[in-house]
Amino acid sequence: MAGRRATARGDVNSVNPNELTLAEARDALKAKRLSARELTQAHLDAMAKARALNAYLLETPDRALQMAVVSDEKIASGEAGPLEGIPLGIKDLFCTHGVTTTAGSKILQAFEPHYESAVSANLWRDGAVMLGKLNLDEFAMGSSNETSAFGNVVSPWRRRGSDAPLVPGGSSGGSAAAVAAQLCLGATATDTGGSIRQPAAFTGTVGIKPTYGRCSRWGTVAFASSLDQAGPIARTVRDCAILLGSMSGPDPRDTTCADLAVPDFEAAVSRGVKGLTIGIPREYRVDGMPAEIQKLWDEGAAWLKAAGATLRDISLPHTSYALPAYYIVAPAEASSNLARYDGVRYGLRVPGKDIAGMYENTRAAGFGREVKRRIMIGTYVLSAGYYDAYYVRAQKIRTLIKRDFEAAYADGVDAILTPATPSAAFGIGEKASADPVEMYLNDVFTVTVNMAGLPGIAVPAGLDGQGLPLGLQLIGRPFDEETLFAVAQVIEDSAGRTALPEPWWA
Amino acid sequence: MSVDEKTVRRIAHLARIAVTDDEVGPLQGELNAILAFVEQLGTVDVSGVEPMTSVTPMAMKKREDVVTEGGRAADVVANAPETEDNYFLVPKVVE
Amino acid sequence: MNAPVDPKKLIKGGLHDWEVIVGMEIHAQVSSRAKLFSGASTEFGGEPNDHVSLVDAAMPGMLPVINEECVAQAVRTGLGLKAQINLRSVFDRKNYFYPDLPQGYQISQYKDPIVGEGEVLVDMADGSSITVGIERLHLEQDAGKSLHDQDPTRSFVDLNRSGVALMEIVSRPDLRSSEEAKAYVTKLRTILRYLGTCDGDMEKGSLRADVNVSVRRPGEPLGTRCEIKNVNSIRFIGQAIEIEARRQIAILEDGGSIDQETRLFDPTKGETRSMRSKEEAHDYRYFPDPDLLPLEFDQAYVDTLAEGLPELPDAKKARFVSAFGLSPYDAGVLIAERASADYYEAVAKDRDGKAAANWVINELFGRLNKEGLSIESTPVSAAQLGAIIDLIGEGVISGKIAKDLFEIVWTEGGDPRAVVESRGMKQVTDTGAIEAAVDQIIAANPDKVAQAKEKPTLLGWFVGQTMKATGGKANPAAVNALLKAKLGID
Ligand SMILES: [Mg+2]
Ligand SMILES: [Zn+2]
Repeated sequence: MAGRRATARGDVNSVNPNELTLAEARDALKAKRLSARELTQAHLDAMAKARALNAYLLETPDRALQMAVVSDEKIASGEAGPLEGIPLGIKDLFCTHGVTTTAGSKILQAFEPHYESAVSANLWRDGAVMLGKLNLDEFAMGSSNETSAFGNVVSPWRRRGSDAPLVPGGSSGGSAAAVAAQLCLGATATDTGGSIRQPAAFTGTVGIKPTYGRCSRWGTVAFASSLDQAGPIARTVRDCAILLGSMSGPDPRDTTCADLAVPDFEAAVSRGVKGLTIGIPREYRVDGMPAEIQKLWDEGAAWLKAAGATLRDISLPHTSYALPAYYIVAPAEASSNLARYDGVRYGLRVPGKDIAGMYENTRAAGFGREVKRRIMIGTYVLSAGYYDAYYVRAQKIRTLIKRDFEAAYADGVDAILTPATPSAAFGIGEKASADPVEMYLNDVFTVTVNMAGLPGIAVPAGLDGQGLPLGLQLIGRPFDEETLFAVAQVIEDSAGRTALPEPWWA
Repeated sequence: MSVDEKTVRRIAHLARIAVTDDEVGPLQGELNAILAFVEQLGTVDVSGVEPMTSVTPMAMKKREDVVTEGGRAADVVANAPETEDNYFLVPKVVE
Repeated sequence: MNAPVDPKKLIKGGLHDWEVIVGMEIHAQVSSRAKLFSGASTEFGGEPNDHVSLVDAAMPGMLPVINEECVAQAVRTGLGLKAQINLRSVFDRKNYFYPDLPQGYQISQYKDPIVGEGEVLVDMADGSSITVGIERLHLEQDAGKSLHDQDPTRSFVDLNRSGVALMEIVSRPDLRSSEEAKAYVTKLRTILRYLGTCDGDMEKGSLRADVNVSVRRPGEPLGTRCEIKNVNSIRFIGQAIEIEARRQIAILEDGGSIDQETRLFDPTKGETRSMRSKEEAHDYRYFPDPDLLPLEFDQAYVDTLAEGLPELPDAKKARFVSAFGLSPYDAGVLIAERASADYYEAVAKDRDGKAAANWVINELFGRLNKEGLSIESTPVSAAQLGAIIDLIGEGVISGKIAKDLFEIVWTEGGDPRAVVESRGMKQVTDTGAIEAAVDQIIAANPDKVAQAKEKPTLLGWFVGQTMKATGGKANPAAVNALLKAKLGID
């Protein structure tokens, strides 16, 4: 069962509007070959047929159609925004005004924010249409979407000749699955340790985690504040560039959001790689890496070389410490960020014998296993007597990891090429082992990027022996997402296909 | 370092998460697996290294001293499990 | 402070003399319009949860952004405390659960506060003075308010205070008596009010003290201390220290030992008692708040704020002593409030400083106190009081008449000169008129005149009679001179 072609390019009218890329749909809307209403309805219909994937936690058809009607009016009156009429899915970590926002957790089951996240507000400002809220690992803690309190997302991909359900990756598994299954033209996602790039790699989609500070964190439910960044998942590099252009930008409400003008990311897509130096870090050649991954990596390097880039072997000596340091920093910040879920001002409340009992029962019932585990680890590493040994040391190691990258960039490297994940997608329940660390190893290639605050993009580069997508990762200089888009486009072009899964669910 | 059962209970209480007796054992195992995993950081020479405090070097943005918010008590308490006259209600706190 | 122990400060126990050691953490609310990290109002009172932003209510995804004025106020205060200003400081999270702490943590400054070491000079009533070391000042968020008496089973939580900026000012354990502690807080309050960085209104909770008290026998190492939380008046601070010191002395003299703990002062029962709810071993898990970058500014910023500072109490006091010839005590009274000092200066300008001080302290302050009024609401303006003093100086009225005039201006207002004119209060300096009165009295009292030759102190009686006859308006010097001549006293 080979991937089918996404679009019959050039003949928009003959294809299902869901099969358009975001850029194609945008152009078709602008040319009035398609209405926003039609485009939105087509996606709502596809969503209704794809509930088996459990990608959407909440479908918002009324709001979607209302927004589409407004978009059609704006297009007609010549007031269209850059994303006018483009239907998108929103990860349920972004607060949406008047629309239930759960963070994938029972503790926020019925939470209805009276505010709109900066990122989603930017999208609506530019004319995008909200289809609904996408499933995710609870509070974005997970790499398989199995920690969602509302059931795991099923990947639209299956192994060749098998109908065993696979994970879409996580935490932005709903986003990646919905994009891959053409249930939206693009989706918002967030990435704390790999939560955009790993699911993108697992589902054959493109996902970029921009530089820390590129997108405002205001209104996005926090997991680990110093690592969280929003970004898009879409089916092409260009689509990601278009979405990031709208999602990002300065925000006075987020102190850590950079006051930098948003570059024309879409223009950067076609820059090519001539004259660029691409670093190949030897530390990413880890023990036990499947031969297919190594082969993909070599292939990616060869494509870039063929397109005019110079390859250089580099060393990022502290790479192997990134994941353990992450499992101190992220849980520590999370343990504090999640203290606000106490049953007082919003969310679940379970009574107790006194106030402390109410807190303890509420949080015991409201949080899932993985979230509790991380809160407890975070609480432990910050507690008296352990703070220096764990947290301070991990933050020092973060400095070392960042210095590794700075040295490479100072040495003339423009971007770094690595595999995105150590394996293709695995089966649901396959990694339900007692040792949580096994699951954590999924993020071994992506987490360094968060620790250093750098931009990273995952781009599909081929299928493995079982017909599952594999992705490559590019890591850039701070605030140089443009180079990542340029290099990723060369990989996308070289990989030579835009494979999508067969719609077995429809 | 590893945690014993008593520490698991103490941490759970600090984090205000009720744990049943059945949960303590498995939690202890999982926490110790994570602690064993991060143990390798002890081998890194971090002498003279500053801990990272801000990912991107930039000046902290500040607000002007202007009242821009408030007057929306109904929104503030809209999602609360129990309220009265726009107060949040909680089980009685004994001082 | 290793100064020799002043025996007057020791507390007599049943067995020994004891020295009390006090250090204080003062929480002073920063004067600002908006909160430390949100745009909600700091205004006192308000309907429940009305001065609350989504940030203050810790809604998911809300982020703190610091109020630049609160930073400036902390720096100004640091300068007023002659303290080290740290060009780089860090905000940390102090993690604990409490219903009026919506985030589950308080944003505070732990390892790297905005202000470091400084000092406060404190004048005592007996004319001595002490220097109290300031360990640090940091910025932090206030908590909300829980009301426990609305309902038998539930507490009501209002977040209007949540996120209001506080300066926590930590003193060294340099205080050796309740008097010193009270004087220290009074002085600190004066400095803050001069700077305009805290209104010092203790009734509204703008200034609260956590008081650390321990006792020891002179020369011995520091004893175990107890922290008395949230004492909210200067008088209570004094009482709490006295009571707590005596409690500790009684335990120690009984062979017991002091548990380090947090205690609450109950002014109605006159006791301190253990706060059991706070006794659970705290583990605040401080770490730098990842939502906030380090707070950094340059020396030029500090210098600009320094240039904008008003004259501070110590400098003003010194100037009043040297420029107006006041006693340090009077100067101290006048500078206790900036408004009083300003009033005094307006009165003293181009006049005799001492006379002005007497009038302001004795007449004006006395009257204000009696009526429970503040200097801001005085019915007698500095210009009016100045005119009264001028009228005395010019010999238009006597000191005695001046007091009547003050009374009239206080109750009825008006230009003192015009009042003197219209009510005929002018001093009689016309010797003819005085002589007529004197002659009449001498004629009417021949026996007293005879006695006066032997007993010159009778002069006073004649002066009194003359003043009475002239309605108090006769110039006393003229009366004296005339009587002496006519009675033959020299
Ligand atoms: Mg404090
Ligand atoms: Zn609303």
